[in-house]
Amino acid sequence: MPSFTTRTGRALALHAVLLPLALIWLFPLWTMFVFATLPDDGIFGSAIQLLPSTAFADNFANLQHDTDFIRAMVISIVVASVYTLLSVALTSMAGWALARYRFIGRTAVVGIIFGTITLPYFVVVIPQFIMVARDFNMANSWFAPIVPPLFNSLGVLFMRQSFTMLPEEVFDAARVEGIGEWRTFFHIALPMTRPTLAALSIILFLHSWNNYLWPLLVNSRPEMMTAPVALGSLIGLTKVSWGGIMVGAVVLTAPMLVLFVALQRHFIAGISAGAVK
Amino acid sequence: MRPRTLTAYGFLTPYLLIFLAFWVWPIISSFWMSFLNTRRLPWTFAPQANWGRLLVDPAFANALKNTLIILVVQVPVMIALATVLAVLLHSPLLKARGLFRFAFFAPVVVGEVAYAAVFRLMFNYEFGIINKLLALIGIAPISWTSNPTAAMALIIIAVTWRWAGYNAILILAGLQSIPQDLYEAATLDKVSKTRQFLFITIPLLRPIILFCIVLSIIGTMQLFTEPFLITNRGGPGGATETLGMLLYRQGFLSFNFGYASAIAYTIAAIAMALSLLNMWAGKERR
Repeated sequence: MPSFTTRTGRALALHAVLLPLALIWLFPLWTMFVFATLPDDGIFGSAIQLLPSTAFADNFANLQHDTDFIRAMVISIVVASVYTLLSVALTSMAGWALARYRFIGRTAVVGIIFGTITLPYFVVVIPQFIMVARDFNMANSWFAPIVPPLFNSLGVLFMRQSFTMLPEEVFDAARVEGIGEWRTFFHIALPMTRPTLAALSIILFLHSWNNYLWPLLVNSRPEMMTAPVALGSLIGLTKVSWGGIMVGAVVLTAPMLVLFVALQRHFIAGISAGAVK
Repeated sequence: MRPRTLTAYGFLTPYLLIFLAFWVWPIISSFWMSFLNTRRLPWTFAPQANWGRLLVDPAFANALKNTLIILVVQVPVMIALATVLAVLLHSPLLKARGLFRFAFFAPVVVGEVAYAAVFRLMFNYEFGIINKLLALIGIAPISWTSNPTAAMALIIIAVTWRWAGYNAILILAGLQSIPQDLYEAATLDKVSKTRQFLFITIPLLRPIILFCIVLSIIGTMQLFTEPFLITNRGGPGGATETLGMLLYRQGFLSFNFGYASAIAYTIAAIAMALSLLNMWAGKERR
């Protein structure tokens, strides 16, 4: 049967191309994990180390010695959680206003939000820094890493689109029943967009969790560093434990990888939301 | 939709306040600052202090050159790779689909600092695993962070690893939105698979690939963390200093906000010009 053979042949060729590529792509993550478990002589030795060892706890102790990583992790968890809550609230309210009401200035608001998508962040980061660090005197605070990054254009467009797809009759009925606009939003509209909210929350959390440049600028004192800033401050130092740095990288990355595997559908929905109209 | 301006602004106000304070005002402020001499107090209006300096500053010319080299090499390679990955991952013949998707999409959730640390360790000259593996096939160790060309290659490799999967996700979403009956009709008309790919898939993917290219241009123009952490502050000797690195040095190490603002607007202008050029070149013409 020729068609069967060509089908098998094509399947084989497909896997022959993808498998080596996939292994190359997984290699840095595997290395990160392996090196987090190697003792110093394993990292600096001449042998090629491809399998994990048992020094994870020692490396963690070294990391904690080099920088207070546990504290930085707690700060990162609080910052990313509060950021996600506030950002979801702001973007879903704004998305609802744009999806549901006709009002003066609507076209302008939508146009400006779209316009900022292509604007490089560098255009705003300098005045943001001057404002937060000098004018407000709010460097090394909880405010600095949470509030200025709250503006998010893709989130609003994502929420607006999902509210637009809800059936209009539900809200007309709510109005006839005399239910107020705010109650309609919180008790009817928001619960109906739960999958979108989940996707948005994951993307926002990830964004804040991995954010580096902004917290590096505003929260540079060790007591208020987020985990990426604390870890970044070790890279390039001479007397520093590489095993410890790899432990930090694993601790930062592993929860996100677990979330990614568990909630892959939401992740991918969130990432591709901007692209597919 | 209901005509209710007041209620609408009630919902919009918190978001708009953040937007005005942390975006609208900074956009205006940094534009204005780019015309000020901020090297000493009080700041004075002196356009040539920054815009004039851009034209003659060798550090700016170097950073611009490096950024554009990375852009011209990295973006096409990554987009081509992402397109191939998306098409292969979309194949109905693929087994262990979840595993393959994980391999290519996982870098999307890895933070910049974590991946920069791993790449710096992997590509270390003395004990990095890459040089050890190269030795196995008889290639002499490469000084990834002290040879200018190798350092640029390292940045390009790292960025491609980090972002190819992201673009593949977007392109894959595009592939999945192509109606299946187009292919069924083509198969009935005895159109070969190759021709189906060339005349159905590629044209329908065109807008999304353009979108990926524009996003990548904007991202690459702002490259900062990779040269900052992987090649140690744009090293060796400025060989991987990007515009983002230079802006960081001028703005946040020398606190020359005016010059940093001029660099920021240059980045914005180049990103916008390249994006528009790309959209114009990629437009369908009949």
